[in-house]
Amino acid sequence: MSSQHFEHLIIGNSAGGIAAAEAIREVDRDGPLAIVSDEPYPAYSRPLISEYLAGQRSQRSVALRPPTFYKRNGIDAILGVRAQRIDFEKRDIELADGRAIAWEKLLLATGGSPIVPPMAGGEKEGVFTFTTLQDAERLRRAVADVRRAVVIGGGFIGLSAAQALAHRHLAVTIVELKETILSTMLDARAARLVEKSIRRQGVTIITGQSVREVLGRPEDDSRVGGVVLDDGRQVLCDLVVVAIGVAPRTELVAGSPVKVGRGIVVDRRMATSVPGVYACGDVAEAYDFLHGENRVTPIWPNAVLGGRTAGHNMASQPDTYTGATAANSLNYFGLAITAAGVVNPPNGSYEVLSASGPGDGCYRKVVLRDGRIVGLLFIGEIEPSGVVYGLMKDGADVGDFRESLLSRGFGLASLPDALRRQKLGLPVGARRE
Amino acid sequence: MKLVYPNEEVCVGCRLCEVHCLVEHSTSRDLIKAFKRERPRPLARIRVQADGDRFLALQCRHCPDPPCVHACLTGALYRDPATGAVCVDADKCSGCWTCILFCPFGVISRDVTRGVIAKCDLCPDRLVPACVANCPNEALIFTNGEEL
Repeated sequence: MSSQHFEHLIIGNSAGGIAAAEAIREVDRDGPLAIVSDEPYPAYSRPLISEYLAGQRSQRSVALRPPTFYKRNGIDAILGVRAQRIDFEKRDIELADGRAIAWEKLLLATGGSPIVPPMAGGEKEGVFTFTTLQDAERLRRAVADVRRAVVIGGGFIGLSAAQALAHRHLAVTIVELKETILSTMLDARAARLVEKSIRRQGVTIITGQSVREVLGRPEDDSRVGGVVLDDGRQVLCDLVVVAIGVAPRTELVAGSPVKVGRGIVVDRRMATSVPGVYACGDVAEAYDFLHGENRVTPIWPNAVLGGRTAGHNMASQPDTYTGATAANSLNYFGLAITAAGVVNPPNGSYEVLSASGPGDGCYRKVVLRDGRIVGLLFIGEIEPSGVVYGLMKDGADVGDFRESLLSRGFGLASLPDALRRQKLGLPVGARRE
Repeated sequence: MKLVYPNEEVCVGCRLCEVHCLVEHSTSRDLIKAFKRERPRPLARIRVQADGDRFLALQCRHCPDPPCVHACLTGALYRDPATGAVCVDADKCSGCWTCILFCPFGVISRDVTRGVIAKCDLCPDRLVPACVANCPNEALIFTNGEEL
């Protein structure tokens, strides 16, 4: 088959891939650019698959960009075909349909794959993962005539699945291995608040347990009928959603010269160890400004930031990744939560400030180290968290106004004059007497 | 591009900017009806913050490289290429509030009733934004920065 040739080739059509394509087009309007993805849809908002499953959104309204996006930007969208091999010598890729595509610059934005632990009976019909629109479509068909679901994993994906299934009037049980849900994002007190609001919606939460076996139905053993927990308890259900996390999807570079740690290792330009090859998003192990080292932080905004840096560099406009860290906002079951950085500091050199109220649904916490913010957690009134996160990213010395970080109306007005005026682009020095 | 800059020295904290912003973003655009009768209530997109006797009226800075747009999970936030204004497509906004965490100015609000964010749009139907036009003290300046 004849080989196509692209100056810029992107594998992956989600947050990182799209951000990179847009960044390339900011610099290079015409260079041949293609996006390859095994998913058959135009780019969609992955977090919105739960609203699609809940029946709150159509497939069209989860689209990330307008329908004209690819055409308007001169992007060849090669969708529904998997890239199955990369040749870093010849600089081409081979698609599952046999086509070969040559590239000059390559971006690996392949994302993550859901982790599915080995469980007896895990192959039964009715066991799902929940990271793609296709997963959501399958689940949407499956929920039509069932009543009970078990969600394995009380993290972001598990909670979003649980919320959607509860919206579909299924009786939902969340099974979480740790002692609290959202254990990487929340502290114990916050987790209890969230658990309370989830239980209030009729969802059951079981912590400290995992599923050791998936049972069949009495009339049909090939279909899910329940699960057995570590302690032997049985929970009857008609379907199981496995949502314990994602792992970088690095299989395309296995055995290649591209350096892989936990994910594909990139420098501050988002370049891999092979010249002309870049990576971003959930597959990449990129700079984390808080920890001062490379980490895998599989969250959407970081994929976009990394994708933009990669795209600029691919189009020969030098750009340096400012780095990102774990930072999340959740609005599940009617409770607003923002969290970033170190929320559960080990004892020792950290200073923890916290406050609560008004009411028992509001809680705020800021973690400091050497006068600088290294973590934040806001529940309820989350509006001030952006300014706090900004100060954390800047590495600003907040020692002199640390107490005000927790005041209810905290904002730029609470900052020292010079810092505030500098942030607002106002001349520094002219100050009120 | 032209932005609204606060002049803290002369802001008395009267919050008339909030009132006129709310009216501008209401259905009736009527000062009396907007807050009293409209449900769900329109929200002001500018907010006057107080720190002791100092007041700061602040709204979206319409960043050239906007962190909120880059953080948006749904594609609802975008930067209008023609005007440079950072805008939200309310139909696409899912109310996940991720942009609120990533906005270093703290100027995006939750519209809890509608389940979407509320932010300054620089009043696309007006030559001068409502907050600036109605500030009794000229504490808000609409400028490209040269007059600061």
